[in-house]
Amino acid sequence: MFEITGKKELAPHIKWIEVKAPHVARAAKAGQFVVLRLHDRGERIPLTLFRWDKEKGTIELVFQEVGKTTYELGTYNVGDKIRDIVGPLGMPTHVENFGTAVIVSGGVGAPIGYAVTKALKEAGNYVITIAGFRSKEFVILEDEFKKVSDELLITTDDGSYVRKGFTTDVLKELIDSGKKIDFVFTVGPVIMMKIVADITKKYGIKTYASLNPIMVDGTGMCGACRVTVGGEIKFACVDGPDFDAHQVDFDELMMRLTEYRDEEKIALEKYLKEVQ
Amino acid sequence: MPKQIRKKRIKVPEQDPEARIHNFNEVALGYTFELAIEEASRCLQCPQNFAPCIKGCPVDVNIPGFIRKILERDIKGALEIIQETNSLPGITGRVCPQEEQCEMNCVMGKLGDKINIGKLERFVADYARKQGIMSEIKMAPKNGKKVAIVGSGPAGLTAAADLVKMGYEVTIYEALHEPGGVLVYGIPEFRLPKEIVRYEVKYLQMLGVKFETNAVIGKTKTLYELLDEYDAVFLGTGAGTPKFLNLPGVNLKGIYSANEFLTRINLMKAFKFPEYDTPIKKGKRLAVIGAGNVAMDAARSALRVGYEEVYIVYRRTREFMTAREEEIAHAEEEGVKFMFLVSPTGFIGDENGHVRVLKLIMNELGEPDESGRRRPRPIPGTEFGLEVDAVVFAIGQKPNKVLYQEVPELKVTKWGTLVVDDKYRTTMKGVFAGGDAVRGEATVVLAMGDGKKAAKAIDEYIKTGEWPAKIKPQNF
Repeated sequence: MFEITGKKELAPHIKWIEVKAPHVARAAKAGQFVVLRLHDRGERIPLTLFRWDKEKGTIELVFQEVGKTTYELGTYNVGDKIRDIVGPLGMPTHVENFGTAVIVSGGVGAPIGYAVTKALKEAGNYVITIAGFRSKEFVILEDEFKKVSDELLITTDDGSYVRKGFTTDVLKELIDSGKKIDFVFTVGPVIMMKIVADITKKYGIKTYASLNPIMVDGTGMCGACRVTVGGEIKFACVDGPDFDAHQVDFDELMMRLTEYRDEEKIALEKYLKEVQ
Repeated sequence: MPKQIRKKRIKVPEQDPEARIHNFNEVALGYTFELAIEEASRCLQCPQNFAPCIKGCPVDVNIPGFIRKILERDIKGALEIIQETNSLPGITGRVCPQEEQCEMNCVMGKLGDKINIGKLERFVADYARKQGIMSEIKMAPKNGKKVAIVGSGPAGLTAAADLVKMGYEVTIYEALHEPGGVLVYGIPEFRLPKEIVRYEVKYLQMLGVKFETNAVIGKTKTLYELLDEYDAVFLGTGAGTPKFLNLPGVNLKGIYSANEFLTRINLMKAFKFPEYDTPIKKGKRLAVIGAGNVAMDAARSALRVGYEEVYIVYRRTREFMTAREEEIAHAEEEGVKFMFLVSPTGFIGDENGHVRVLKLIMNELGEPDESGRRRPRPIPGTEFGLEVDAVVFAIGQKPNKVLYQEVPELKVTKWGTLVVDDKYRTTMKGVFAGGDAVRGEATVVLAMGDGKKAAKAIDEYIKTGEWPAKIKPQNF
C-alpha cells in the first residue's frame, strides 16, 4: 500500500499528488513511468513520473481526470493509500549534451516534459521549452518549467494566456527564425507529436517522442502497447516509451488508443452515478 | 485370492459442457474420497525402487507411496509423501501433462487404463486444504544466508520452498501485483482456481518465504544490487514476452496476444467488467492462432466471456497439435471449432481500425523440420477470409529481456533464453536460473524440477563458494 502525502488541484480536472513509494523514487529517471492499481478491483494504468525524491522516498504524479480510474484517484486525499505502484518502468529518456534542445510539450504531457527538460538542462543543453495548453485555466507547471528552461515559450489554443497558437506553430517560428536546433523532444497529444515529427523531419532535426499507448502490465508481457516504429513492432512499455519520432506510425497509435472507448464510457458513467 | 484387476479408470466428475461455458468455475470437479479410494485401489503398487511412474516424474514424487496412503485413508500421510519432493501438489495435480510423464510409464497401461495419478494427487491436495491438514515440515535451523528469487512462477516457488526448508532466508521478487506468475496471469480459473495458487503461496509464507510484489528486477532494483544484498540469486523469470507475426494489419484493434487476452481475464477479472475496472472486448466470432495449451486456454476463455463462435486456426494437422489431449477434448466438448492446415496472411479492418477479416491460406505438409514435425507449405491461390471480431495470437512466448538487457555478464542463447549449465548456473557468478527463462517454453512441472535442482546447487554453492571458470551449457 502506498500512502498519498500531498495533493493539489493544478487546473480543472488536473491534479498533482505526492506518494510514498521509496522503491520507485530510488531508481527513477526522467522519461519513465509507473503503473498503478487503486484497489483490488482496479485496473492497471500507466502514469508518467513528474518528480521524485530519493531521500524522502516520494514520487510526484500529475494526472488528468479522463476515465473512471483517474476520476477515482482524484478523490483520494492525503493519507489515503493506493494498492499497488510498480516502477520505474520503461527506458529512461536518452540524455546527453546535444547543444540546443527544444522540448515541445502539450497539455498533460507537461509532467514528463518537465522531467526531460530538467534532465537535458542538467546535461548542459541550452533548453527551450514550448509548452502549449488549451487556455489560461489549463496552464500547469509554469514556474517549474521556468526554473529548468533557458527559454520558456507558452502558448494557448485560444490565446487567453501569453499568445494564441499551437505548440507546432511556435516550433515552426523558432525554426524559421534561424535558430540552430540540435534535438527535439515531444510529449503530449498524439496529433501534436505527429505534426512536430512532420516539421522536424523536413529540417532533419533528431526528434524523440514519448508515446502513451494503452498498457496492462507495463513490463513487456502483453503487447497491448505495441506500436509500429520503422516498420517493426515495438512494445512502448519496455522498448520505449521514447522512440525516434520520424519512424513512429502515429496514425496507428491514435487508432489503437480508441480501442476501449465504449467500455471506458460505461465504466466512467457507472462510477459517476455511484458517487453522486 | 489374487487381487482383482480393475481395468477401467474411475471417471472424474466434470461440469457439463453446456453449463460450464457460461462460468469460470473449474471444469474437472475432482475425485470424492470414495472415488479416490476406488481409483487408488487399481494401483499395482510397484516397489519404489522400480516404479516406472516415479521415473517419469520431473520432481520424483513417490507415487505408489502416496497412493498406498490414500488406500489407508491416511491423507496426511499421503500429503507428507508428496510434499517430500513437491511443494505444489494442488497445482501439479491439475496442470501437469501426466500422460507424457508419470502416467505414460504406468504398468497398468499394459492391462487396461493407466492409473489417474494426476487426479489422485489433486485429491490429496484438495482434501488436505479443505480439511486444514498440514504435513509436518522438517525445517533445518536458520543458517543466516540469504537467497533472492526473481519471479514467483512455478520455478521460483519451488526453489523458494526447498531453500527455506534448508534454512535459508528467502525473498521472492514479483513484477506483478499478485504472486504466482503464469499460474495467475496465464492459466485460467476453470483449469486452476486462483484460490489454489493463493493457498500454496500462503503455505510458503508460513514457512517464512518473503514476497515482494510490484518489484521489477532490472528496473526497481538491478541484478547487481541483489547480488550485493544476497548470497545467491535465482532467476525464474519465465517466458513472458508474446510473439506476433508481423503481417499486414497485425496492430488493428481486436488483435491480442494470448498473454494480454488471458491477463485481462484471469489476473484482472475483466469477465466481471464493469464490477472490475479492466475491460475486455466482446464480439461474436474469435479466432485463436496456434494449437498449444495456451491456445486452448484462450479459446475456452473466449467462450466464457461471451464469444459465440471460437476457432482454433492451426497451420499443421490435428496430430501435431501441442496441447494436452485433455485440453483439446475439453475445448471440443465446449464447441471450439478447429481449422487445420491454414496459416494467417494478414488482417482487414473496418473504418474504425477494428479487425473484421482474418486472411488465411491453405497449407500442405512438406518435409519434417528440425522439430521432426512436417513443415506446412502454403498452396498458392488458396487464400480466403474468415470474418472475425477478434484474433488472439497464441504462437508462443520468449523470455522477457527487461532483467538482463543491461547485464552483459549474462549470456543468452539465440532464442533469448539464459545459458545455464547442468547445475543451473548462469554465466554470472552467484546467479542461477531455471524454468521457461532457460527452456523457452515448457511446462509447469519441468520449471518446478529446475527450481528443485537449482535449490540444491545454490545450497552447494553457498556452502563451498565454488564456481566453475567456464559454464558448460546445458541443452534443453
